[in-house]
Amino acid sequence: MTRSVLPRSIQDTPVLGRWISLARQGRVAVYTGKVELGQGIATAIAQIAAEELEVAVERIDIVPVDTDQSPDEGITAGSLSVEVSGASVRLAAAQARAALLQAAAARLGINADALSCVDGTILRRGTATELDYWSVSADVNWQQHITAQVPVKPVRDYSIVGRNTPRADLPAKLSRGGFIHDMSLEGILHVRIVRQPFRSARLAQLDEVWMKRYPEVAVLRKKDFLALVGCDEYLVHRAHEEAEKFVVWEEVPDLWRPADTPAARVVHLQSAGGTSTAGAQALCARYSRAPIAHASIGPSCALAHYQSGRLTVWTHSQGIFALRGQIVRCMALEPSLVRVVHVHGSGCYGHNGADDAALDAAIVAMEFAGRPVRVQWSREDELSRGPVGPAMSATVEAELDEVGRVAAWRLSVVSAPHAQRPGFGGYVNLSSAEALDSDQSPKRVEDLPEAAGGGASRNSVALYDFPNQEVRVQLETASRIRTSSLRSLGAHLNVFAIESAMDELSAMIGADPYEFRLSHLTDERCRAVLIGVAEMSGWPGGHSAGEGRALGMGVARYKNRGAWLAAVAQVAVDEEVRVERLWLCVDAGLIVNPEGARSQIEGGAIQALSWAVKEGLKIEDDRIPPLNWLSYPIVKFSEVPLIETRFVVDPAHQSLGAGEAAQGPVTAAIGNAASKALGARMRDLPLTRDRLLSFLLEN
Amino acid sequence: MSASVHFRLNGSDISLDDHGDEPLLFALRNRLNLKATHFGCGLEQCGACVVNINGQAKYSCTFSVSALAGSIVTTAEALPADPVGAALLEAFEVERAGQCGYCLAGILMSAYTLLKTEQHPTREAIVSVLDRHLCRCGAHGGILRAVERAAATLVDASA
Repeated sequence: MTRSVLPRSIQDTPVLGRWISLARQGRVAVYTGKVELGQGIATAIAQIAAEELEVAVERIDIVPVDTDQSPDEGITAGSLSVEVSGASVRLAAAQARAALLQAAAARLGINADALSCVDGTILRRGTATELDYWSVSADVNWQQHITAQVPVKPVRDYSIVGRNTPRADLPAKLSRGGFIHDMSLEGILHVRIVRQPFRSARLAQLDEVWMKRYPEVAVLRKKDFLALVGCDEYLVHRAHEEAEKFVVWEEVPDLWRPADTPAARVVHLQSAGGTSTAGAQALCARYSRAPIAHASIGPSCALAHYQSGRLTVWTHSQGIFALRGQIVRCMALEPSLVRVVHVHGSGCYGHNGADDAALDAAIVAMEFAGRPVRVQWSREDELSRGPVGPAMSATVEAELDEVGRVAAWRLSVVSAPHAQRPGFGGYVNLSSAEALDSDQSPKRVEDLPEAAGGGASRNSVALYDFPNQEVRVQLETASRIRTSSLRSLGAHLNVFAIESAMDELSAMIGADPYEFRLSHLTDERCRAVLIGVAEMSGWPGGHSAGEGRALGMGVARYKNRGAWLAAVAQVAVDEEVRVERLWLCVDAGLIVNPEGARSQIEGGAIQALSWAVKEGLKIEDDRIPPLNWLSYPIVKFSEVPLIETRFVVDPAHQSLGAGEAAQGPVTAAIGNAASKALGARMRDLPLTRDRLLSFLLEN
Repeated sequence: MSASVHFRLNGSDISLDDHGDEPLLFALRNRLNLKATHFGCGLEQCGACVVNINGQAKYSCTFSVSALAGSIVTTAEALPADPVGAALLEAFEVERAGQCGYCLAGILMSAYTLLKTEQHPTREAIVSVLDRHLCRCGAHGGILRAVERAAATLVDASA
C-alpha cells in the first residue's frame, strides 16, 4: 500500500513519540485526539495499533485525551475517527515497529530483515532473542517524524483488525462507574446553574427568602449567570429545583438581535437545461422535521479546578482543543495556563450541553480558587437548554419524462445552521458566555462548509443519475433557538425528502419503488446494498397500499462519500406508527471491529426510529419550554423492533465511519412504509400519534 | 443532632446520619462513594438510578434514606460477588450490551431483580421489566440478548 499524502493529523503532529510511547514495561501507550463517546472508538484505535505493532491488543493503553499531551485532531465528529485517527495511528505504529526492529538489529549487529516480532518479543529467524520492544525502546529516536515511507501491514495479514474485540472500558462502567459524573476530587464543591430560560433573558430579581432557606448554599451571580454552590450536593440540587419560584427573568426588548444570514446557495449539477417534457408528470412536495434534542441519558457534567494560576477543566466535550480556546477567551487566561481533559461521558450524538457545562465549571472554579467544582446539569436543562438539531424543510420539485424517468430534479432546503460549536465562525458559542455578556451572541452565522460534508446541505445531492439536478440551500437565523450538530446533520431530512420523493414518483407511474431506484442508479456499491436489503426483507412483501401494514425502503451514501446503507422497514399503522421489523444492508469498507460496527449501525437505526415516530421539540414563543422524559418521550424497549443487519465487505476498500449512516435511510424507510400502510403520504416528521390523528382528519 | 438510619448495603451493615429527605442516590454517590448508580432525571422517568431494595427494583433518586431503616439494599457494585450478578455482568460483556453504558447499572439491577425470582423469563417478561429504563444509544437488542444469555447460563449452572 502506498500513500502519497499524510493524514491531516500527522501533518499537524508529525513527531512519532507524540503518538506512541513504550515508557511502561510491557505496555504500549497510544495517544489519539479522538475521544470515546460511547461509540467504541478507543477499542478500534487500540486494535489498529496492536495490529501494526504486532502486540496483543490487551497491551495497548489509550491515553485519555488531554490538551497537555494529546495530538490535536479537531472535533470527534462526522464519522471520521476510524478514517482519520485510525489511519494516523496505523502509520505511527508501523513506523514505531520498524524503528524498534532497527534498534534491535543494531544491538544484535545484524540486518533488520532477519527480525520479526510476536507480542513485543523480538525474534531472529523465528527464534526468540533476549530482546523485546521495551529493552530497545531507549535506542529509538522518538523525535523522528512520521513519513509514511514505512509500509503498513497488508490487509490479508490482519489478525486483530476485523475481529471482535471486547470494549476495555465497559466492565468498569457496568458496576463501578467510569464516567465524568463519577469523578471524585478532594474538597469538591457541587454546583447547579440556574440557566436563562431563553437567550438574552435578563435576571431581574432574586428573592432573598430562597437564599435563607438554604444557608449552606452560596449564590454566585455574574450578570445573567447564576450558580448555586455548596458542599452537599443534595442541598444544592434541592435549592435548584425551587429556583423558578424565586428567580424572575425578563425579556429586554431588542436585546436579542438575529445574526446575519448569508444568501441562499444554489448548486447546479449536470445542468443540461431545456429538459422540460410536454405531458410530463410532475411532483412538488415539501418535507419537514421538527427540531430534535440530543437527549443523553446522563445530563451534562463538568469539573474544574483553579489553583496556582492554572485552570484544569474535565469535560465530555467532542472537541477539547476548540473548547480550551474559548475558555481561554472567556476567562482571559494565557492558553498555557488552561488544560482541558476529556473524560468519558454519557452517550454523545453531536454538539450537546457538554461544552456549555465546561464553561459553567470554569466560571465557578475561578471564583472559588483552590476548590475543585463539579457542575451537574438537570434533566430539564439537558433536554431544553443545550444546542438542538434544527428544524428543516426540503422541497422536491421533479419531472418525469414519457418513459417514466426523472428528467429534472430540484431540492430546496431551508434550515437553521447545523454547526455552532465553540469558536465556530469566530464566536464563543457557549451559553454562559452570553449570560455574562449578551453581546457574545453570534453576529453572522455560517453553516458547515462543503469540505466538511456540509450542514443543512449534507446529502442534499441525490446519488441517482438524474440528467438535471439543482440544489438550493437557504440558512435561517431569525430564531433564537440555539442549533448545532446532531448526528448526521442535514442528511437526516434530506435523505428522508429524496427517498420519499422517489417513492412518490414511482407511485405516479405505477412502478415498484425498488425497481424505480435501481433504474436510476449506476453506483455499484449503492446498488449492492439496495439489492442486499431487498433480498433480506423479501421485498416487496405481501401487503398492498392502505392495508395498515407495509414495507418501505430508503438508501443513501452518508455525506455522499462515506458508508452506504439501505434500509427496509416493516411498519404497522393503526392509532400510531409502529415499526415491527428493520433490515439493514451496509457497506462501510474494511470493518475494524464487526460487533462495534454493528452496534453503531443498529444503535443509529433505533435512534432514527425514535426521531421518526416520537421526537420533535415544540417551540413556544421562540423558546423551548422546560422538558422531561414525559414531555419529550424517546423510544422504549417495547417499541424496538427486531433488526437484521448485513455488511457487504470487501477488505480492499478503506474503512468508512458507521455511526451516522443509518439516520437518513432508516427514517425514509419508516416514512415510506407508514405512508404505504396508510395509503396516503406523510411528509412531516415526527410521525407521532397526534400527527397521525390530525393527518387522518385532514385527509 | 440528626438520628442515624441503619440498613444493610451490599452485605454490610451501614449506619448513615439522617439528612431528612435526602434520596438514597445522593447518599450512595457522595457519602458512600458508590458511583455505579447514576443520576439521569431525578423524576423516576429513566431508570438510571434503579437499585434493589428488599428484593424489589426501586428508583433511588426519590427513595429517602430515612425510609431505609432495616432494609436490605443491593447496588450494582455487589453484582460481581453474586452468582446472578456475575452471570449478568459476563453476559453483558459477551453480548457487548451497551454503547455508552450510562444506563446499564440501573438496567442490570432490574434484570438482577427479575432473575432472582424468575428462572425462565420470557422475552416479553424481560421487555416488560426493562420498559421503564431508557437507553439513548439504541443498545436495546444487545441488552435483551444479554439478559436472556444470563438466564440460560444460570439454568445450565443449576442443572
